[in-house]
This record gives sequence, structure tokens and C-alpha cells, in this order.
Amino acid sequence: MKEKEKLLEIKHLHKDYGNGPVLKDVSLNVHKGEVVVIIGPSGCGKSTLLRCINGLEQIQSGKILLDGEVITENKTKWSEVRQKIGMVFQSYDLFPHMTVTDNILLGPTKVQGRDKKEAEAEAERILERIGLLDKKNAFPRQLSGGQKQRVAIVRALIMKPEIMLFDEVTAALDPEMVREVLDVMLELAKSGSTMMIVTHEMQFARAVADRIVFLDGGEILETDTPEKFFTRPKTDRAKRFLNTFSFHMERERGGKAI
Amino acid sequence: MDTEFIIKYIPLYVKAAGLTIGLGIVGIFFSLLIGLSVSLIQYFKIPVLKRIAGIYIELSRNTPLLVQLFFLYFGLPKAGIRFSSQACAIIGLSFLGGSYMAEAFRSGLNAIDKVQEESALSIGLKHGQVMRYVILPQALSLSVPGLCANMIFLIKETSVFSVLALADLMYVAKDLIGLYYKTDEALLMLVIAYLVLLLPISVAASFLERRLRYAGFGN
Repeated sequence: MKEKEKLLEIKHLHKDYGNGPVLKDVSLNVHKGEVVVIIGPSGCGKSTLLRCINGLEQIQSGKILLDGEVITENKTKWSEVRQKIGMVFQSYDLFPHMTVTDNILLGPTKVQGRDKKEAEAEAERILERIGLLDKKNAFPRQLSGGQKQRVAIVRALIMKPEIMLFDEVTAALDPEMVREVLDVMLELAKSGSTMMIVTHEMQFARAVADRIVFLDGGEILETDTPEKFFTRPKTDRAKRFLNTFSFHMERERGGKAI
Repeated sequence: MDTEFIIKYIPLYVKAAGLTIGLGIVGIFFSLLIGLSVSLIQYFKIPVLKRIAGIYIELSRNTPLLVQLFFLYFGLPKAGIRFSSQACAIIGLSFLGGSYMAEAFRSGLNAIDKVQEESALSIGLKHGQVMRYVILPQALSLSVPGLCANMIFLIKETSVFSVLALADLMYVAKDLIGLYYKTDEALLMLVIAYLVLLLPISVAASFLERRLRYAGFGN
């Protein structure tokens, strides 16, 4: 059997903001078509890990390879590397002075030099698929949070990245809008996209992930299939973490109502 | 009130207004240029230049234009550097205006969230493109109210140019008072002249601000 192709390799990554390490010796491979979900408590370094991958943070040591090429060197041409890495952020990051279409087309036309007509046709196709074609001339302020995040996903997708990074993209959304964003991501996963997702939506993580990475205190404590991780976590830390998501209500049956 | 006198000297005021507005426009142009450069130096935290920009802003904002003009017009010639009255006026106004414009640009630049830059970078834009397509368009329109207020402020400041023996509005009014003692008429015309110059700018500015607010980005 042919071994799956490694798309992203993270080797012994160390990251320090200057007051103690944020990531300690993190090593992780992501294969083509794989969906890796990173979970862990707040401040454990999940977001930092994603930000290191597309060069928004400087790393202290270790290296990151994309397609077998080291991308964490001084000579790295980030504008080229970032075209292969799509990223969607937690806060709404659409450009507020541009329409939905202009937001989506900025990358294809200014970075990739694609023909505007052709790129626009593709943008419309994707917008239609996610049910936002009627918003193509709207400004971000006219969209709901969920719609904004879906447009942000399209804006990253149209660059045809090899891997997509999602940094808690539903964390700032009202609960009823979370679903529409997660559905788009599930769809992407089904279509074979390579994805790294940081999320606090455990049910979603379980449904979408090929592999769960549990990060705490800047270290990878566990890597497992979602089935095993959520039913039989190996470390106590992971057990305790997962417990915070379940609620137990115990009361005496047949007791008197007060 | 001597209407005959007023009518007789209207052309003189018109000519003076031309000088006032002309020097004002040139000064504003250089102020904007200096202001944008200084704000970008501070935004990108360019070493050394950042320091110089900081000193410049403090120096310029904390000395009166009159004093700056005296320095240029009477002080520098003692060191062998001689500028014409016009040049002194423009240099002085630009020196003063640059720092005010820089503050207006800076407030616009600072209002742009960091994630705007990061998301623009993440789709592969180069730093220059991020500035051109994402940061500056937003920052500039946020700066407009401040910039407009500064323009009006600078045109009003031109009234001290009379100390440089430039025949601007203030100079003409003082001249007429000195020659004919027609104080009321001369001052009335002075007030009207400034209003005629500045009201349209002020109205245009608030129209522009409203337009920008309607097109406002606010999330």
C-alpha cells in the first residue's frame, strides 16, 4: 500500500513570545486530504500553532515543511507560501470597504494575476453553492456573522490552497449561526480538502476529524482518532478537559418537590 | 458705515483672499505630504526616522506659528539662510500643518484592526499591496474628518502671514485701518472675506463626512 503523501510536516517547533514558551517541541504531520482537529484549553497554543504555519509568528527553533520544502527560513517568500495555505480567523476579517465579490477577488486578481471575469465566475459558482450568491454585491456590514465567516472561507478557498487553516472560526458567532459555518467546513472535508481546525465545538470535531490532536501547555499530549480520543482518552489531562464539556445532573428520583 | 469705501476696496480684498487661499492650498498640500510620510514612519516604526518624527511633532505642535515664522524670517537670515516672505509662509505653514495632519492620519491608521493586515497577508498579498488595497483605503476615509478640520485650521492660521509683509487679508485690513481709520468697514470686510473662504470648505467637509458615514464600514 502506498504511504499517504505528507503535505505538512512540523518538526520540533518551539515558540516563545518572550515570557515563557508557548509551544514546546511540537511535531506533527498532516497528510494530503487529512482533517486534523486541534483541541485544548484556552491559551494552550492552538492558535499560535496555526499562526506559525503561515508565518504570522516567528518561531524560535524547529522547522515547518510544506510539500517537502522548509518554509521557516529567513529567505522564505511568504507571499508565495501563503497562497498554498488558506486561513480563516476567529474575528470577522473581511475587508469592510469592499463588497463580498471584491473581497473574494482581491487575492486571485492582485496576487495570482488571474483574469477578473474568469475569477468572478468561479466566485459566483462557490457563492451559489453556499447559498450566498444574492449577497455578492453586499458589504460585510450588511451580512450576519455566519455569512461573513462563510465569505471569508470562500475568499481563502478561491486561491486553491493546498491546506486550509481554521482558527476558532465559530467562536465569535451567535449560537444559531455556528451551524451554517460548520456545514461549509464539513462539506469541504467531504470533498477531500486538507484541513487543520482549531475549535471548541467538540461534536463537530468528532464528526469532521480524521485525527484529533490534544494540546495543553504548548505540548501535544495526545494524538488519536476521534473515536478513541472522545471515548477513551489516554491522559488524565484530556479526560479532565473533556469532562468540562459534559454536564451531569443528578437528583433524587421520587424526591419531594420543594 | 461707508458703503462707498467698502465697494471701492472689494477688489483689494479679493486679491488678498487669492493670496491667502493660494498660500493656504500650497501649505496644505505639503502638510498632507509631510503628515502622511510621518504617520507611515510611525506606523511602520522605522528606526531612527521614528525618533525624528516624534521630535518633529512635539516641536511643531508646541510652538506657535507666529514664533515659527519669526524664526524663519528674522532668525535664519542671521545664520545666513534667507528665504522670501512667500517661502517662509509656506515652509512655516507646512511645518505646523504636517504634524496636525500626521496625527489625523495616525488616528485613521491606528483604528484598523490588526486582523485586517493578517488576513490580507494570509491570502498572499505583499506588504505594499496590503497597505494599498486594505489598510490605506480604510485609514484614509477614517482620517477625513480630522484632515478637513486641519485644513480649515491652517487657512485660518494664514492670518499671521501679515507679519511677513505679505499682502494677505489680515494685512490689507490692517493697512486700510492704518491709512483711513475705517476700522468698522475694514474689519467687517475681513470677517466676511474669511467666511466666504471657509464656509464652503466647511460645508463640503461635513457633506463628505456624512457620505463617508453612510458608506461607513462599521461592523
